[in-house]
Amino acid sequence: MFMKSEYDTIAAIATPLSSAGIGIIRISGEDSISLVDKLYCGKAALTSYEPNTINYGHIVDADGNIVDQVLISVFRAPHSYTGEDSVEINCHGGIYVMRKVLDLVYSTGIRPAEPGEFSKRAFLNGRMDLSEAESVMDLIASGNEASYKNSISQLSGFLLKKVKKLRSEIIHEAAFVEAALDDPEHYDLDGYDEKLVIQLNSWESEVQELIDSYHQGSLIKDGINTVISGRPNVGKSSLLNLLSGHEKAIVTDIPGTTRDIIEERVAFGDVILNLYDTAGIRNTDDTVESIGVQKAIDAQSKADLNLYIVDSSVYLNDEDIRFLSEFDPLSTIVLLNKSDLYSIVDIDDIHQYFNGKVVIFSTKNGQGYDELKAAVNQLFFDGGLDKDRFYITSQQNYNDLCDALKSLRLVDKSIEDGMSEDFFTSDLYDAYRSLGYIIGEEVEEDLVNKVFSDFCMGK
Amino acid sequence: MIEEKYDVIVVGAGHAGCEAALAAARMGLSTIIFTVSMDSVAFMPCNPHIGGSSKGHLVREIDALGGEMARNIDKNFIQSKMLNSSKGPAVHSLRCQADKMAYSIEMRRVLQSTPKLVLRQAEVCDLMIEDHVVKGVKTISGATYYAKAVVLCTGTYLNARCLYGSVIEHTGPNGLKAARHLSDSLRANNVELLRFKTGTPARIDRRSIDFSKMTEQYGDPVITPFSFDTDPRSIQKHQVSCFLTYTNEHTHDIIRAHLDESPMYSGVIEGTGPRYCPSLEDKVVKFPDKKRHQLFIEPEGLQTNEMYVSGASSSMPEDVQYDFYHSIAGLEHCNIVRNAYAIEYDCLASHQLKPSLEFRAIQGLFSGGQFNGSSGYEEAAAQGLIAGINAARSVQGKEPIVLSRSDGYIGVLIDDLVTKKLTEPYRMMTSRAEYRLLLRQDNADIRLSKYGYEAGLISNEKYKRVQDKIEKTRYEIDRVNKVFVGQNSHTNDFLQAYHSVPVTSGIGLSELIRRPELSYDITAPLDSERPSLPAQVREQVNIQIKYSGYIERQEKQVQHFEKLEDKLIPESLDYDKVPSLRIEARQKLKEARPVSIGQASRILGVSPSDISVLMIYIESGKYLKD
Repeated sequence: MFMKSEYDTIAAIATPLSSAGIGIIRISGEDSISLVDKLYCGKAALTSYEPNTINYGHIVDADGNIVDQVLISVFRAPHSYTGEDSVEINCHGGIYVMRKVLDLVYSTGIRPAEPGEFSKRAFLNGRMDLSEAESVMDLIASGNEASYKNSISQLSGFLLKKVKKLRSEIIHEAAFVEAALDDPEHYDLDGYDEKLVIQLNSWESEVQELIDSYHQGSLIKDGINTVISGRPNVGKSSLLNLLSGHEKAIVTDIPGTTRDIIEERVAFGDVILNLYDTAGIRNTDDTVESIGVQKAIDAQSKADLNLYIVDSSVYLNDEDIRFLSEFDPLSTIVLLNKSDLYSIVDIDDIHQYFNGKVVIFSTKNGQGYDELKAAVNQLFFDGGLDKDRFYITSQQNYNDLCDALKSLRLVDKSIEDGMSEDFFTSDLYDAYRSLGYIIGEEVEEDLVNKVFSDFCMGK
Repeated sequence: MIEEKYDVIVVGAGHAGCEAALAAARMGLSTIIFTVSMDSVAFMPCNPHIGGSSKGHLVREIDALGGEMARNIDKNFIQSKMLNSSKGPAVHSLRCQADKMAYSIEMRRVLQSTPKLVLRQAEVCDLMIEDHVVKGVKTISGATYYAKAVVLCTGTYLNARCLYGSVIEHTGPNGLKAARHLSDSLRANNVELLRFKTGTPARIDRRSIDFSKMTEQYGDPVITPFSFDTDPRSIQKHQVSCFLTYTNEHTHDIIRAHLDESPMYSGVIEGTGPRYCPSLEDKVVKFPDKKRHQLFIEPEGLQTNEMYVSGASSSMPEDVQYDFYHSIAGLEHCNIVRNAYAIEYDCLASHQLKPSLEFRAIQGLFSGGQFNGSSGYEEAAAQGLIAGINAARSVQGKEPIVLSRSDGYIGVLIDDLVTKKLTEPYRMMTSRAEYRLLLRQDNADIRLSKYGYEAGLISNEKYKRVQDKIEKTRYEIDRVNKVFVGQNSHTNDFLQAYHSVPVTSGIGLSELIRRPELSYDITAPLDSERPSLPAQVREQVNIQIKYSGYIERQEKQVQHFEKLEDKLIPESLDYDKVPSLRIEARQKLKEARPVSIGQASRILGVSPSDISVLMIYIESGKYLKD
């Protein structure tokens, strides 16, 4: 018995993760339209749209904030790629935003597609040619084997231990309840709920802690999406060259032509920075400068890290001041560049508008390089990467942890609603199972085995 | 030589055999059932109760399908108790202490008064099988009985031997004649057998027990019947008590000191025993930290002074048995009437069966009960009933009736037996039923009557009654879901009387019913339009409204589950031709030969990606043929 059902609604990015700013997230399954509708804000509900239409709208997060403007296509079974009800979201905000949209999609209960799963469904629903069957089978077999091996071998000893500990605690409780339900004259559940709630809270916070580390983990693995910005000629190209370690002509002189293109993926101390082109941040049309500033701030707010360069040899202008006062100090570092020249602007001047980290820097002689490194570590890793700490880096692990947490919360909810134990043991077992996926363990008869090994049962 | 001809032959008249034979005969087929002893029909060689957690569900399901067990125990119980009644309705479980002798006599009476059914004492020693088709059986006297279908329900009798200390008796349970020859006949037909073991505690003379040192255990003040047909008012009667006592450190010391005299620990016993009813030796060894184990002293019937010591089965030598029973509070001076013993027996490696309980490799041969590797009277009866129904249907030329895991505990039981490789006697448990919130004992009739009706075991009139119940329930739920309770002093006074939070605005009646402290019946005063409905309907309405969120969630899971069950795997499928299957999965699938994708997904060692590959292969094969 496997929990990941053949008939779940699934999602994945359908276009290759390339430098193109546009990408498609495909969602397929019977609940796809109604679930994506929860994230969609357009002229009408997604469920009300005609099939095979493309519709403009926004993807919004739980707080109603716009994450991306999108075009959404709605397909109804059997007229879709997979033959099921499907939705395709055309994202425009670049790779980082697309990932954010995908996270939101998962948050509705839609699960990540397994390798080859869309093709499999397409095939099983007669939407694909017989000649393709074999290649789909190969894809499924190889993809699963590879990702399975990969994810298990990447597990750190820490995660392995932690997950094992959580699992053994959870299954013990589930087994106790089952033993008591099976042999009520032997094991008593009186007052058990109160004890379990304490346990639950501690499991939930442990799982939550692992989930929280995913952000940092993915920053380590995927790199920190970094935007370098500032007025023309403050030294953006020079900084890019300095960080990437080699000369490279970049296209900042033609602003607005491209957006969010990874120019360079560079190692920076313990971490990786994905350096983004800054074009588009400045508005070329001065008559609508205010719109330009807003656009720039939006773009930067979507990045993990915003390096804003100020030329210390020139006075701050209105644009600098507006930017500086809008920036989020939690994701921005200001570089006071050209420290090799005579300074007109100092740290205090910046702090009038911006209360985050300011580094005195010289792209010419490298002054401030180490301080910048320290500042990045401070921002993202509380002062530095702790080699002994654990960070979740795999999306799959992250999803499984989220599932486990969801199941544990269902247990909480049942207890809160005054339900007796038999209503929630299956959720406990689901949490156990989700955690099992992380360490690649089958669960088959675990509960029954545990009942017998931990509790003396029977006549 | 004697030669006779029947439609269906049933071998063994235990709980499985009786249900099988009754089903076949009631379906109109001429049936003969063999027993090794006319005095031991539907005998209970171990515990004197029927039902209990998850087993009670099985009994209700047997009743819903038209079986006999529930009706019999309703006549012959001496104590009745609904277990887990403070828990959710899915785990409420009825358990009755039986008058063993009365149960056995009643079952024999029913068998002997059923038209078309012959009860015969004889040992069946040979199966007649030609070209993988069963033709009949031979008895030890040389008589030949021909039939179109044979149902094996040999229980624990095949090559059985009973052991305690160094004593080995080559008998079935309770000194009854063992079946010596049938195993050879099965092996000769390439049937794989396993050797399992179980055990039973001593029976003690009631007059030698000091009950003042024990806690008396009473039955329920209001007795609930097992059968949906039994009028509860007709069975309210005086009940007999059970008694609770405990082992102690001294008991455990005695056992530890003599462990090597137990055939279980000296290596004499080859069979694998069940973990859920461990001998006292096992308990002491496996749970050394437990200072005491609880024991229930249960009456065996009204016509005997024997008391069953539940929790203390053993295969220790007789003198050690006396020693350790005497160390227990209340049993200090007890007299043993029958010794405790272990029994080992041949049984079927049950993955050789189809879900219909017909042998995969032998047409017309069916089996049920403990022979299939299960344990328990209820598990046996459930399988016997299904095997009997399907044996009869095979003679009738009809498709078998197969219950799925979402239909009932019987479906779970049989699916587990034919899918998993058993390593110990299989016992039902509610945790094995993944859809247990739907598979309740209260709705067994709603779930299963249609199958009993289809088989011809449920009368038209009874089936209509169930349909009527379903109809009324649905109608009432629809009505209640539309009832709105206004916020006024009448409402809030009422709520306060039940310690329920007052409402600040109007509220749906179903919302109130969902509150833990309220129910459908309790909220009647808030519902002026409420019709008068039978108790069974009110119970269904209450449960289905109260737990609707959970029930709907599980119904959705069932829908997904059933889609996979409906994807059948062609019997001729050659797994060696399926590309991209992992080697382990290929082996497991070849061995298990699952009938559906759903069943395949439950085989240990078959991964989700193997299932995907298999689905695509089957689908593409379909196209090839087209």
